[in-house]
Amino acid sequence: MIEIKDLHKSYQMGSNSLHVLKGIDFKVEAGELVAIMGSSGSGKSTLLNILGMLDVADSGEYVLDGLPIKNLNETKAANYRNKFLGFIFQSFNLINYKTALENVALPLYYQGVGRKQREEKSLKYLEQVGLKEWSHHLPSELSGGQKQRVAVARAMVAEPKVLLADELTGALDSKTSYEVMDLIQKINDQGNTILVVTHEDDIAHMCKRIVHLKDGVIVEDKKIEQVRASQYVQ
Amino acid sequence: MKFLFDKNTWQEIFGSIGKNKTRTIITVIGVLWGIFIYIALAGASKGLDNGFERNFETVAKNSLFAWSQRTSIPYAGYKIGRSISLKVGDAEALRNNVPDIQYIAPVNTKGVFGGEGAQVVNNLKSNNYPIYGYFPEIAKMATQKIFDNGRFINEEDMSQQRKVVVIGERTQQELFEKDEDPIGQYIRIDGVYFKVIGVAKFSQTTPFGTDGDIIMPYATFRKLYNTADNAQYFTIAAYDDADVIQVEKDVKRTLKRIHQIHPDDERAIGSFNLGEAFARITGFAKGITFLSLIVGLATILAGVIGIGNILLISVKERTKELGIRRALGATPAEVRSLIILESVFLTLIAGIIGIILGAGVLNLINNMTKDNSDFPYTNPTVPIPLVIGALLIMVVLGTLIGLIPAQRAVSIKPIDALREE
Repeated sequence: MIEIKDLHKSYQMGSNSLHVLKGIDFKVEAGELVAIMGSSGSGKSTLLNILGMLDVADSGEYVLDGLPIKNLNETKAANYRNKFLGFIFQSFNLINYKTALENVALPLYYQGVGRKQREEKSLKYLEQVGLKEWSHHLPSELSGGQKQRVAVARAMVAEPKVLLADELTGALDSKTSYEVMDLIQKINDQGNTILVVTHEDDIAHMCKRIVHLKDGVIVEDKKIEQVRASQYVQ
Repeated sequence: MKFLFDKNTWQEIFGSIGKNKTRTIITVIGVLWGIFIYIALAGASKGLDNGFERNFETVAKNSLFAWSQRTSIPYAGYKIGRSISLKVGDAEALRNNVPDIQYIAPVNTKGVFGGEGAQVVNNLKSNNYPIYGYFPEIAKMATQKIFDNGRFINEEDMSQQRKVVVIGERTQQELFEKDEDPIGQYIRIDGVYFKVIGVAKFSQTTPFGTDGDIIMPYATFRKLYNTADNAQYFTIAAYDDADVIQVEKDVKRTLKRIHQIHPDDERAIGSFNLGEAFARITGFAKGITFLSLIVGLATILAGVIGIGNILLISVKERTKELGIRRALGATPAEVRSLIILESVFLTLIAGIIGIILGAGVLNLINNMTKDNSDFPYTNPTVPIPLVIGALLIMVVLGTLIGLIPAQRAVSIKPIDALREE
């Protein structure tokens, strides 16, 4: 599903150049649930941003589901993001003046889907994350866990090839974190490919594979026995 | 363009405008005020223009008056200070020499330029009034509105030297009872009985007219006061397309030649150029219209800049939101259009409300001044092209000013926008 080869990225910090990614080779098959781990500054967020086409690599190859991702301009990147990727952020990033339903429907709006269809589909995904009754509430009326579930529904609604989650439990307490991870696992069970950036061990162990990043290179890449989050959830 | 007519686009715009109410209202007020000032000023100046127009509608707009005084330069053997008197025959000479003259009428008066008016008596009531001896042609230059049942003096009155008069509004009030019809009644003017044939509604048709004036045929006046063929002044109307100032000069030059006055003698022939005065007043009204246009447009501009300013702040506020939208697949073009359309939409809404408010205020002023005919203010309107022009200008300015925040919105990379807290 995802194939990257010899990915390099450095940032100009004044006169210094900060080499963040120093040649990453990495493959993700369809239906995988991968945790990308590493301490801060290891380059894990940069990697995710490049995978998410929010940032561009200096050199290297990136192929998404057979489609080489290169020569991106903003418009092309926006279209690819819209069609192929779903984002889940640490700080939820819901639009605060839009209801849960409108937030979920937003990617469909940018696909040019009509209002009625948009609402139908969004409601379906809200139901899947268990928030159908909350569809007309504003983000400010939702708890952190609920907000993240709305964000998950929003990431899913366009039926993307890959879900990218950046510290999705970073702003949540453990109990809520496990609830959200339970949801992520269920989505993965349906065959969706998911990449999770985290620095929490327990969250990483709820994935099926852990990729360890340190100083811009992959130091460890192993398949693990998945811990089901459902056992922590009553 | 398809984007413009897409229902979804507008749902997005209404969503973002409707959910930032304070910002929207403040923004709208800026432009609303601008267009309101523009409409109110343009309408008011048009009303003033119409008002002047109405005050002068009874008089030929390019008319002038010429009269004789004493010479100030000795000439052709005559001493300085010679008193000149114009003759009826001068009218013919003027008509022949100044082709731009459309109408000319000699006038004699009593009690208008100093001296006593005539003693006018009706039964036990009497008073002093200025008397005018008019040619019927005067009606073509200065329309005297005659109240119902009455008429103005005509050629017959003139040729038969009829003893008939048109009296003023005040004269009627002072000499007749309230419910008395003056038409057909006889009044005594300086010992001679005259039949009243009309009552003139007062309007300022000459610079010295009053509401007490009594008008009789020139021929009758001549006989009554034994003025021979003298004329006190001429009322002259030039053709509409003539240059009144030139006509005035030509008239004076001709009169000076006829009466053997030194060509440089500025005092011997006096004149008042109503056309010039009128042109000055219309010029003034035009100046006010122009000024109000400039002020109005400047205010609109200020309002639109205000919109740009507030949108710029709002873009800053919404950096994160716009970042989210772009992460979810909004292209830069879509983000830009969203901001510009918001700007144009706000400008237009504000403009339309401003136009409605402005029209309302104009209507209010119109109602308040309707009964006051002294105040030169009638029917304040704003021509439709001006309104449409203003709206167009607002759309264009709204777009241009929207470009700034729109460009700013897309210049921030989504990744940076998302990072912003």
